[in-house]
Amino acid sequence: MVPLSWYLLLAAALFAIGLYGFLTRRNMIVMFLCIELMLNGANLNLVALSHYLQDLRGQIFTFFVIAVAAAEAAIGLGIMLALFRNRRSVYSDSITSLKE
Amino acid sequence: MPLYLVLLPLAPLLSFLLTLLSGKWMGSRAHRLPILAASISLGCALAAGWDVAHGVVTDADFYTWITAGDLQVSFGFLVDQLTAAMLIVVTSISLLVHIYSVGYMQGDPSYPRFFAYLSLFTFSMLMLVLGNNFLQLFFGWEAVGLSSYLLIGFWHQKKSAADAGKKAFIVNRFGDFGLSLGIMLVFVTFGTLHYQEVFQAAPGIVGQQFTLLGLTFELPTLIALLLFCGAVGKSAMIPLHVWLPDAMEGPTPVSALIHAATMVTAGVFLVARCNPLFELSSVALNVITVVGAVTCLFAATIALVQTDIKRVVAYSTVSQLSYMFVACGVGAYSAGIFHLFTHAYFKALLFLGCGSVIHAMGGEQDVRSMGGLKKYLPITYWTFLLASLSISGAPGLAGFFSKDEILLMAYTTNIGSGRFAWFIGLVVAFITAFYSFRLFFLTFHGRFRGSTEQRDHLHESPPVMTVPLILLAVGAVTAGWLGSPEILGGHSMWDHFMAPVLGRAEAHVPHFTEWLLMGISVFAGLSGIWLAYHLYVRRPELPGQLRESFSETYRWLVNKYYVDEFYVAVLVQPAINCSRYVLSAFADATLIEGVVNGVPRLIGRASGRLRRLQSGHVQHYLAAMASGAVGLLVWLYLV
Amino acid sequence: MPILSVLIFFPMLAALLVLPLDKDRPERIKAVALAVAVSEFLLSLPLWSSFDKTTHLMQFVERHRWIEPWNVQYALGVDGISVLFVLLTTLLTVLCVLVSWRSVTEKPKEFFVALLFLEGTIVGVFCALDLFLFYIFWEAMLIPMFLIIGVWGGPRRLYATVKFFLYTLVGSLLMLVGIIVLYRAGGNTFDILALAENQYPIRLQLVLFWAFFAAFAVKVPMWPVHTWLPDAHTEAPTAGSVILAGILIKMGAYGFLRFSMPLFPNATRMMMEPMMILSIIGIIYGGLICISQSDIKRLIAYSSVSHMGFVTLGLFSLNTQGVEGGILQMINHGIVTGALFLAIGIVYERTHSRAIADYGGLASVMPVFAGFFMLFTLAAIGLPGTNGFVGEFLVLLGAFSSRSWAAVFAATGLIIGAWYMLWLYQRVFFNPPNPGLQGIAAINGREIVVLVPLAALILVIGFVPNLLLDYMHVSVAHLLARIPQAEPAATGPLHALAALLP
Repeated sequence: MVPLSWYLLLAAALFAIGLYGFLTRRNMIVMFLCIELMLNGANLNLVALSHYLQDLRGQIFTFFVIAVAAAEAAIGLGIMLALFRNRRSVYSDSITSLKE
Repeated sequence: MPLYLVLLPLAPLLSFLLTLLSGKWMGSRAHRLPILAASISLGCALAAGWDVAHGVVTDADFYTWITAGDLQVSFGFLVDQLTAAMLIVVTSISLLVHIYSVGYMQGDPSYPRFFAYLSLFTFSMLMLVLGNNFLQLFFGWEAVGLSSYLLIGFWHQKKSAADAGKKAFIVNRFGDFGLSLGIMLVFVTFGTLHYQEVFQAAPGIVGQQFTLLGLTFELPTLIALLLFCGAVGKSAMIPLHVWLPDAMEGPTPVSALIHAATMVTAGVFLVARCNPLFELSSVALNVITVVGAVTCLFAATIALVQTDIKRVVAYSTVSQLSYMFVACGVGAYSAGIFHLFTHAYFKALLFLGCGSVIHAMGGEQDVRSMGGLKKYLPITYWTFLLASLSISGAPGLAGFFSKDEILLMAYTTNIGSGRFAWFIGLVVAFITAFYSFRLFFLTFHGRFRGSTEQRDHLHESPPVMTVPLILLAVGAVTAGWLGSPEILGGHSMWDHFMAPVLGRAEAHVPHFTEWLLMGISVFAGLSGIWLAYHLYVRRPELPGQLRESFSETYRWLVNKYYVDEFYVAVLVQPAINCSRYVLSAFADATLIEGVVNGVPRLIGRASGRLRRLQSGHVQHYLAAMASGAVGLLVWLYLV
Repeated sequence: MPILSVLIFFPMLAALLVLPLDKDRPERIKAVALAVAVSEFLLSLPLWSSFDKTTHLMQFVERHRWIEPWNVQYALGVDGISVLFVLLTTLLTVLCVLVSWRSVTEKPKEFFVALLFLEGTIVGVFCALDLFLFYIFWEAMLIPMFLIIGVWGGPRRLYATVKFFLYTLVGSLLMLVGIIVLYRAGGNTFDILALAENQYPIRLQLVLFWAFFAAFAVKVPMWPVHTWLPDAHTEAPTAGSVILAGILIKMGAYGFLRFSMPLFPNATRMMMEPMMILSIIGIIYGGLICISQSDIKRLIAYSSVSHMGFVTLGLFSLNTQGVEGGILQMINHGIVTGALFLAIGIVYERTHSRAIADYGGLASVMPVFAGFFMLFTLAAIGLPGTNGFVGEFLVLLGAFSSRSWAAVFAATGLIIGAWYMLWLYQRVFFNPPNPGLQGIAAINGREIVVLVPLAALILVIGFVPNLLLDYMHVSVAHLLARIPQAEPAATGPLHALAALLP
């Protein structure tokens, strides 16, 4: 039996890598992948704890998260395509028009 | 309430409204209705006088004007001896002036407006004297002020006329300021504004105190002095006398009616009407006496050197009004009202005589351009002479009786400042005679000093103007006989008649003293006339030399002691500067607007700083979010 | 018939009827607007005739549940204090429509829609018996007013209208907080009558008094929060100035009467002297500042500050004469200042100048108009026989009875008032005629129709003020009965500040 703490550590590591990647990378596709990493870190937490507590609600919630993440990935990639068409770039530091 | 009492003010009111509305259509016939109304009023006034003489005193409310809490004020009429005398003065002079104006104002483009205003004035003055409570007095008080404003500024295209009207109104407002506070104090003290109720309760307030602005006054003194403030304004006493000479910008009939015979005497009427209140305060009486005496001398000296024919008469009006106040101040209200009565006739006559002269001279008012008018204007000449004799106190004429009574009363009173007032009064009697006859000789005697063009136009006024002069001259001679004292074989009818309202101030002196005092004042008057004759007829070069040798005094007198200039420098200009620079530019535009516009500007600037946080980089936002989340976690676990 | 609801919503719905009209036919739009305004006035007349003057209770009451969870009601009613303002509103709106006949040439349809909408909301403010409903009307009224100044105003209209809007909004927001606190403290109700049944602790009363004061003082406007008024008045079109001066700024004083005094009686008694002092400063400050104004409308606007100082002075004298005089003076000011602005609008149409220096000798060119303006001027300076005198005298008498010094200072306003008004009159109507004014048209029939009702009211109220005072007696007596007559142990601003501290 793998103890719970290992799962949690893995989840935390995934989340931390995702966060680090999101904050440091400029390419929006990579940033996007990092978001997925973070989400999956959270998912791993949910599943592990669900098993540990013998409560299925956590796993159900994970399905929701995966479904929402899929939708999000679709919309996100769509936005990125649109951006690339307009700006010829997917680097986040070139897109600061929210500032104005 | 008898019908004539309602009709008395109503006739001129209706005439005012109708003439104003139909003026364009009536044109040069516009005088008909006002003259009819004035005649009706005179008739009603005589009827009222008849009733009062037979002991019928009316005090009735017409309708309730204002009700609020325990305040209840009516429009109502009080007709007693005092009112009756005032009614007769007002309506008779008003009618004569109406008639005179038909000739004087002929051809004026605003002829109907003039008569409408005259009617408005008559209405207002009647409301003032008829009122049975303080608020109606105030109503009339302000309404006559309005009529005076409108009539002084009648030729409003002239800036000086418009200025004079405005000045009259505003200076009067200073007096009304005190008067209205006085009326409020009366209400707060007595709980009513009705004359009879106030006067009945008046003795009860002796010894009470009232604190106003941190100063503690005797209640009767404070009431009396506040009311007197109003009188000071309306009757042009020092320090609010400055408007009356300027008021001469108005048409001359107006000067006769409003600024000599009736409106300006309202102050005296007020003091006489409220004599039960004034009697309670010897301080107030002394103040009135001193103000009267000082103004008397002050105005008479200015009159000595004026060259505008109307201004001389205007200053003489101020000076004569002061006599009336001296009379009231020494407790001889009846004598004051008697002088008011006689003065109305001879002063109106003087003014209308001036008007006749001005009319003949084609609008010229400077006596230096006149002279020798005797042969051109015979009727004006003789009536003017009678009026001048009357004002100088020539024995047997109206002014003699009333002025003499005032001087006698001032001499014998127990009011502290009585003797002082008597002495000033005597000096002024001499000065009055002198300047009146200076004016008379300069105008009618000597040789004509105007242009030849003016000489060719000289003509006696039409009968519509001279008949009123003659009628007034009758009044100027005979009005005094009503009050002829016992030692001259009379019965002091006037004093007996007035006694129920004004009380009787008896002069307890031996006949010898009375004769002596009378002799002194007659001597003063006659010597004034003699001096004027000497200087202006026998030795016409002397006045010029005198002017040279007393040039400094002359300068002060000609400039009216610089009172106007003083007020402009101390009141008017500082107020304008304060308004423009302190309030408008500084307090409003800089201080308050600084805060009002400054707060949004501050917020704008602060938000400009905060905006820099918003870089547009998604990573920055997420970093902030993450560190926030971490911070929260730390806080949750550690605290 | 639910007459008050009709009065509120009839002009608003009728305004919707104006919208589909063809904008190229302004005559028809004006005719419809006039018809609506006149019908509204006629509809409001029953308030006058069937009002019961013997009771202080609310009349013509309508009460419906509205937002249940918060206990909000749709409650309307008028008493002797508010009924006259409803009538004044409906009358002045008719005159505003008439005076805008030719002066509003741009977007006439939208203008009249805004005007009618404004009318409905104003009537709502005076009728609401529920704080929530009141607040809605109170704020809703800002929108059409904002548009009227901002769209149809003078050259600096944007600055003026934003300033007006923000100024009043800041005050109103403080009041909103106060309303919520009051809702909690008063037992979860917005019903004004129910709220007035309670006694609140003195500290709460003081806090709420100042919160409501913020909204009302800005509207009145009391010194020192008056500076929006000159700008708004100067830039507003004639109808806007008339409504603003005639009715809008009355709402502040009305708020004191309807909320501050009955709900916070002890705080009102404590704040009496500070309020009187602010009023007196307003009277003198507003009057003096008029002297140096060179713009006619600005001068009249500042004179409003002075006149409204008399109103608040009367209200906070806290005695019968003062309060009744204050209410009467509110109506008088609506009539007189409304009339003055209408009159200025009439000459402005001809000369397109508001600068006093551009006038002079107008009495020779427009004599009838000069007569009207003279009457309005006299009413503004409180000459007996005009309505202004009765109001000012009662206010001063009330002030004298409670604090004699207050009347002494306030009475100087009579002198200053005569000065600036007569000087204005002289510079505009007297003096040698200004050549630039030659040949301008005399006053026409429509304009006389606009001025005559106000002139008549000035004289009628001046001679028979009891016509209006009779409406107030019972309600005012009931209001004053709530306010403790005994002075609190120590009054004055310092003591009040101390009471606010924890």
